[in-house]
Amino acid sequence: METTKACVSIRHVSKQFGKQQVLKEISLEIMEGEIFGLLGPSGAGKTTLVKQLAGLDTPTSGENFLLQEKMPSLKLIEKVGYMAQSDALYGELSAKENLQFFSALYGLKGKQQQQRIEEVMKLVHLSDHLHKLVSNYSGGMKRRLSLAIALLHEPEILILDEPTVGIDPVLRKSIWEAFNELKNKGTTLIVTTHVMDEAEKCDRLGMIRDGRLIAVGTPEELKQKTNSATIEAAFLVYGGA
Amino acid sequence: MRITALVIRILRQIVRDKRTMGLLIFAPILVLTMLHLVFNGNDYTPKIGFVHIPEPIVDQIDVSDAKITEYKNEKEAKEDLSSQEIDGYLVFNNQSPAIFLEGSDPTVNGAAIKWIQTALKPLQGNDTALEPKVNFLHGSAEMGQFDYFGPVLLGFFVFFFVFLIAGVSFLRERTTGTLERLLSTPLRKWEIVTGYVLGFGIFTMIQATIIAAYAIYVLDMLMEGAFLYVLLIILLLSFTALTLGILLSSFANNELQMIQFIPIVVVPQIFFSGLFNLETISEWLSWIGPFTPLYYAADALRDVMVRGYGWDEIYRDVFVLLGFSILFMIINILALKKYRKI
Repeated sequence: METTKACVSIRHVSKQFGKQQVLKEISLEIMEGEIFGLLGPSGAGKTTLVKQLAGLDTPTSGENFLLQEKMPSLKLIEKVGYMAQSDALYGELSAKENLQFFSALYGLKGKQQQQRIEEVMKLVHLSDHLHKLVSNYSGGMKRRLSLAIALLHEPEILILDEPTVGIDPVLRKSIWEAFNELKNKGTTLIVTTHVMDEAEKCDRLGMIRDGRLIAVGTPEELKQKTNSATIEAAFLVYGGA
Repeated sequence: MRITALVIRILRQIVRDKRTMGLLIFAPILVLTMLHLVFNGNDYTPKIGFVHIPEPIVDQIDVSDAKITEYKNEKEAKEDLSSQEIDGYLVFNNQSPAIFLEGSDPTVNGAAIKWIQTALKPLQGNDTALEPKVNFLHGSAEMGQFDYFGPVLLGFFVFFFVFLIAGVSFLRERTTGTLERLLSTPLRKWEIVTGYVLGFGIFTMIQATIIAAYAIYVLDMLMEGAFLYVLLIILLLSFTALTLGILLSSFANNELQMIQFIPIVVVPQIFFSGLFNLETISEWLSWIGPFTPLYYAADALRDVMVRGYGWDEIYRDVFVLLGFSILFMIINILALKKYRKI
């Protein structure tokens, strides 16, 4: 990596819901300007972890630091863009109205707001559907609009929970191009996924299984260390299969 | 700024959802109109019994507009009264008239008393001793009638619909994940609650104005006091409905479960709103009244609309309603901690 400054630092984080332990002693550093993938099956604890990074949840024990500051903090929340697993959109409103609403929450107004709306919609290829009601959007379009909303305020850290679910391969490719573009601008991206081939596109990967971080490294490193041809095979080795 | 964004969004959503908007405005109008027609329909013809009334007096009474039965003694009349054969009977005890009413139906009571009073007028002349004494078999003095319970119903319908719609819309915010999305922005928790109160508050103001104006000017509901006081009371009541709806929506997982709160939270309030005589409620239940917002709103609305009172009489109710809203708002803000710690 060219940059070595830690942007996100997860320190001994555990999380318990009642008796169920969802995260177990996770420690992880994510560097500035990289695309970091969190790979694991559903139920592994990926969403719980990224929610904590977005300030929506707190660990039972351990600490999360973003940009050298402890999470949760309202000041940090402004620097983070979060896209949840479900498309949190207002179906009765048009795409533009949704964008206007969320950008106003981040304090964007007037010309600047309009300009950002145009930019993000162009990035997700939805410029032609700006005035359509969101209830008339397809699943993939909603996913992209959610992404556009997360990008509105130009966050330093972008947390994306399963960003490409239900999106066809052609669009998925263009969305990943957008991710790389953001990365080149200096944005740090944290992406969760359970799709193995998508994991290959990340700079570094963290493999999560049953709430434990079982391996961290670049996709190449992980494959070499386990003598596997694919990420999936590597995951199986780390997972103890 | 952020609150404004929230208010605009809520108003846009309401306007987009034509059916819900219709429900909020036209459903109360429809129900009030129906009640108006039901209770102010054709005048009821009372069935009156005369107990041993001297011939010369009967001759002077105008017996039209009533069904008259004559009885030899009071015992027979009482039996017919119990079996609801007659609504009431007139009897002279020592030359002074007395009315005995069955009393279970307020509309009927009113009609019977009115008829007897009119009928006795020509006899009265200069003799005030002929003013009849009214006695009831069941029930008590005159209650009910559209004018009398109209203000309560006005408050109730606003409470009911605002409670339901605010609750469901906040529930949706939670179940569709937009609440979580809102909390991942710098929006403060109190701003969410305030935004909701203002957004729905503006809409409720319009709703309340239309419904109250319709009830008062079209349906001719009794209106002795100032229209602005009516609006103020209804607005404050709707704030309690709104904040209570939002609060209870966190205990519901879907729209159906929100509707399940109606018989538990909304309907019982009717019983303590003065629609039924509060003094007749059994004591082990009547303590609930002061804990329901509608109790205060109905009292204040009646003071203004029926009794024509002003600020001096309603300010206590107004502040209690305001207190309810503020209490529910604070609990709401605390409840949101479940979704974001800060």
